[in-house]
Amino acid sequence: MSGSRARPWLVALGALAAGFGVLALGLAIAGYDAGLALGALWRGAFGSWYAITSATLVRAVPLVVLGLGLALAFRAGALNIGAEGQFYAGAIAATWIGAQVGGWPGGLAIGTVWIGAAIAGALWIVVPVVLRLRFGVLEVISTLLLTFVAEALVSYAVTGPLQEQSRIYPQSDPIALAARLPMLPGSRLHLGLALALALAVLLWLLFTRTAWGFRLLAAGLSPRAAEVSGRIPVRRMLGVALLWSGALAGLGGGLEITGVTYALFQNLSPGYGFTAIAVALLARLHPLGVVAAGVLFGALEAGAQGMQREAGVPAVAVYVIEAVIILVVLLTDAVARQAGERQAAAVAAASEEPA
Amino acid sequence: MTNPVLHLRGISKSFGAVRALRNVDFSLLPGEVHALLGENGAGKSTLMHVAYGMIPPDAGGVEVSGLPMVFRSPREARRHGIGMVHQHFTTIEALTVEENIRLALGPGAGVPAARLLEGVNPATHVHDLGVAQRQRLEIAKALAIGGRVLLLDEPTAVLAPSEVESLLGTVRTFAREGGAVALITHKLPEALAAADRVTVLRHGTVMFTGPITGRSAEELAGYMLGTSGELARRAEAVQPERFAPRGPERPPVAGIGGIEVRAGDLIGVAAVEGNGQRELLRELAGLSRFGVSASGASVAFIPEDRTTEGIIPELTVTENVVLGLQQDPRWLRGLRLDWDAARARTAGLLSEFSIRATSPDALAATLSGGNQQKVVLARALERGPRLLVAENPTRGLDIRATREVLDRLRGAAEGGVAVVVYSTDLDEVLGLAHRVLVVHRGVVREAPVGADRHAVGAMMLGLSGWR
Repeated sequence: MSGSRARPWLVALGALAAGFGVLALGLAIAGYDAGLALGALWRGAFGSWYAITSATLVRAVPLVVLGLGLALAFRAGALNIGAEGQFYAGAIAATWIGAQVGGWPGGLAIGTVWIGAAIAGALWIVVPVVLRLRFGVLEVISTLLLTFVAEALVSYAVTGPLQEQSRIYPQSDPIALAARLPMLPGSRLHLGLALALALAVLLWLLFTRTAWGFRLLAAGLSPRAAEVSGRIPVRRMLGVALLWSGALAGLGGGLEITGVTYALFQNLSPGYGFTAIAVALLARLHPLGVVAAGVLFGALEAGAQGMQREAGVPAVAVYVIEAVIILVVLLTDAVARQAGERQAAAVAAASEEPA
Repeated sequence: MTNPVLHLRGISKSFGAVRALRNVDFSLLPGEVHALLGENGAGKSTLMHVAYGMIPPDAGGVEVSGLPMVFRSPREARRHGIGMVHQHFTTIEALTVEENIRLALGPGAGVPAARLLEGVNPATHVHDLGVAQRQRLEIAKALAIGGRVLLLDEPTAVLAPSEVESLLGTVRTFAREGGAVALITHKLPEALAAADRVTVLRHGTVMFTGPITGRSAEELAGYMLGTSGELARRAEAVQPERFAPRGPERPPVAGIGGIEVRAGDLIGVAAVEGNGQRELLRELAGLSRFGVSASGASVAFIPEDRTTEGIIPELTVTENVVLGLQQDPRWLRGLRLDWDAARARTAGLLSEFSIRATSPDALAATLSGGNQQKVVLARALERGPRLLVAENPTRGLDIRATREVLDRLRGAAEGGVAVVVYSTDLDEVLGLAHRVLVVHRGVVREAPVGADRHAVGAMMLGLSGWR
């Protein structure tokens, strides 16, 4: 069903090129050696096997998992922009459960932590769902605000109930060995990547091959037509999509704890929940596109570190690329929508008399 | 005779295949209230939009106090003393009364004391005003620049009866002081109560224009609904036998109050806009939680608003066919949707219903209105419904598409489907239906067997048949 929607790839590539162009220009104007900086960016992300696996792909895992959740919500027309908060809720749950499962068989321990993290992420979005469905409070606001609450909760947890035993550092004790994910030998890449890829394929099948995926799309594109012509319970779809979206973000937090840090601390996420919004948008809400976009943004974050080391360019400079990408995608969408509206208006004017 | 302050001469306007106005003349004299009557879609608003510079006419011209004018925008019309009040409020709720008037005036101008707003504190925020007061504010805005001509587009639609009287009083006062008012309405009593002259539009043509004294409600209703004049020319339109084929073999499908809807019935719904007919249709279609029973039968619904409720323009034709038929066993296999099967069936529907689309994968947005409507219709019939409810299904369609849609509805009824059709075009209802239901102020009555346009029209306007 994608014949007439084939252009997104072109837009994504154009956005990426524009991002690099703007960054190079900015670096040159600011007096950096743009060639050296972009080279360092490349080497930091893809320069070695270690860079690819342990820098780029490790960062890509949470971006993909969170991006998938956001693509799910956005498809239903639900604007969950609080994935960062749900990520932290999942991370807190994973830390606590991860400490309880010492001595369990590895698979069971890991599975329990993942499920617990996903449930925590879903619970974190229950309040926005209820507010939206009962009182019409926009989830854009409620999910975002709850992110700050989640961050505060992490600060409290790592200085209070979950603080490490010596009570010195604002972080938790490490989780049990049984709950730690197996790694690819010689790298820091963990099993979470396999889970992320499996989820992407699963969601891709769900979106394109199932009746549920179709209902989700219809409800998101046109709630009224979905309800009147499709007899789709639009509000329920919205709520369910938000809950799953929260669950995936929570799982992302669980993966970070069980695969990367083994412990909870403040600023665990370098803004994965927000970058994942860009990932989902750039992928045009397509699950396999989310994988590609997640790897791309993971590479940018990894390369940024290399750029800082080698060329002395502050790592935050890569946010220029991310910002340009988002702007280009949104702009193309808006232009396409306007063209569509003009066309629709022309058709309407040609076929209908205003009453 | 005084010269008209506003004169529309020979105005014609088409929207695509629809001719909204045909060679319409309309004049406003100083000191008069001139009612512009007509059913929904008769062209009243379009005519006023031409006068107000919102729509350029295809032919004809506008004269203000004898001088030919070409208004390219409402701003230019306002500059020449023409103010218009639309059906929907155009005030900004978060601002005060005074701020809203300042906005209407533009920068630099002083705010004149508006007698219309006596008793309203200019510092009140608009969201704290009642509906009637907001209406007054709309009029005050329209007249703020010292207008001499006031165009009112169904101003009473949102008002309670006592507020209507007070509004009409305001309008009369404005006219007595030398202003000229065009009052668009489809409510006869209002026209009779407030107007000096009346012009009746039907299908974009002037059916009557002249002083209102001596005109009866029945006569004006006749012009509005086409039971005189034009009727003669359209007499060749086939009159179906007005009968409900009897027989115990036709089970009741739904009930509306005491009125039974049976399989094979082709029921037309006639009503003046805003009398509850849309709510009735949606209840029948099972889209609301209120009472009308559809006795568990499978129901298909054709909504009037094609592009927001009927189809999803961003989806392909196939996807739009599947919308509402997601449970169809031909493509639902467990959880999986077999898009190839759906596409194959859609290709079949495209040729069966002669829908012009490049392929089943074409975006619905690329189809013309008529072809979009045929997709909606094909999908509705594909449900194999026992009851088919259609809300103004020929809206905006050209003659050919209209005929195709109506033929399909007839065919469905012959095939044993109970069909309920509402149309804003009374001719269409009468030309199609075996039985006619009239909705007036939320009450449904069946028109007597053999009732003609005149009788049904009188029922629609609440003039008869309501014992």
